[in-house]
Amino acid sequence: MYNLIGAGLIVIGAGIGLGQIGGKAMEGIARQPEATGKIQTAMIIIAALLEGLAFGALFLGK
Amino acid sequence: MLFASTIALAETPVKDGANDGGQIDTKTEVEEYILHHIQDSHDFHLFSYTNDAGERKHIGFPLPVIIWTSNGLTTFMSSEFHHDDSGQVIVEKNGLKFTKIHSKIYELDAGASTVAFDEDHHATNAHKVLDFSITKSVVGVLLIGLLMFVWFSRLAKQYKKKAIPTGFGRVLEPLVLYVRDEIARPNIGEKHYRRFTGYLMTVFFFIWILNLLGLTPFGFNVTGQLAVTACLAIFTLIIYTASGNKDYWMHILWMPGVPILIRPVLALIELAGALIIKPFSLLVRLFANISAGHIVVMSLIAIMFTLKKSLGVVGATSLSLVLSFFITLIEVLVAFLQAYIFTMLSALFIGMAVAEHDHDHDHDDHGHEIPDAEDVRADFI
Repeated sequence: MYNLIGAGLIVIGAGIGLGQIGGKAMEGIARQPEATGKIQTAMIIIAALLEGLAFGALFLGK
Repeated sequence: MLFASTIALAETPVKDGANDGGQIDTKTEVEEYILHHIQDSHDFHLFSYTNDAGERKHIGFPLPVIIWTSNGLTTFMSSEFHHDDSGQVIVEKNGLKFTKIHSKIYELDAGASTVAFDEDHHATNAHKVLDFSITKSVVGVLLIGLLMFVWFSRLAKQYKKKAIPTGFGRVLEPLVLYVRDEIARPNIGEKHYRRFTGYLMTVFFFIWILNLLGLTPFGFNVTGQLAVTACLAIFTLIIYTASGNKDYWMHILWMPGVPILIRPVLALIELAGALIIKPFSLLVRLFANISAGHIVVMSLIAIMFTLKKSLGVVGATSLSLVLSFFITLIEVLVAFLQAYIFTMLSALFIGMAVAEHDHDHDHDDHGHEIPDAEDVRADFI
């Protein structure tokens, strides 16, 4: 039961984080369309780091 | 679709199995089935059904079991276990008795003829053996290794004769160039990228093809095995640790440009980051993504059994078909994305280790480097 609540909290946190990353990347691309490639690469790296953290937490809580 | 239909075939006997012995809790059965798929196994099991005579038939083929026991090396085919996975079937080989419990092979202690379990369902009179078996995952790894060897050696040979490859090489060439020009070159740097492109390319194609193989109906889950992803992460760890230059180690052990009291603390954090956290995040990300993907796809397929009562046969089947179809499409994207991210982060870590500080630093009176804007940026990244 508690690990399910924990999993929910992790997903909420990761969702907020991913939303921030995606949203800011969109803003950045809208402001500077010529930097799309660089912004996308950085976005994917940071999203991957966040995902690693979230999955690590889910894995430990299992 | 093929995946969905095959799993449906594989899943059906779970429901029909009710005439094997009393009532069956469908939800528990589905959970067991999914967990069994996520695990590695000693035989190649495609599907099973119950025939008109009420017998359980298994379709698939056995794989060799190679174990190191207290009497030395022992080999036999996994078919001798007769698909038993609960320690009921005892195989006698080489003067010892073996049984299989939850996909692990146990050697019975001397004198024991059946397995005794304690209340946690752990075997009390049997112990695990060193297992070098050709399991399903090993078959997957060998298969992809062979395929990659054939494809890429042919591609390499073609370049000796002509500038543009023909046939399947035309599919591979843009991918090879993509890994080199979009992943290796910008992250490692113009000077060193050639040394590491081979490794990055191997890792990329290995993970990607195995991820895609996991989406076929054969039920492979190779990149969802912790042992496989851990090995890949350890390769990356060894490569960037062994190729780290003087600057890299100095920035880990004795960070320039920070107060002297903070340097040992930073060294601890940096060491933990470089030796534990980086490979751990690599291995957990790949493992968790692929395992989670498989669990989600199979759970959505299982909807047609769990919701059969409330939605009816047509409703439950169409719902699960639509959901699992689109999730499988997303999984195709994830298969590429995870291979890309693993390769990308490996390249990034290698790039950090071999980066050269070819610009001059200003030094203060004590000989310490004063960090300039480029340092700040490099540390931030």
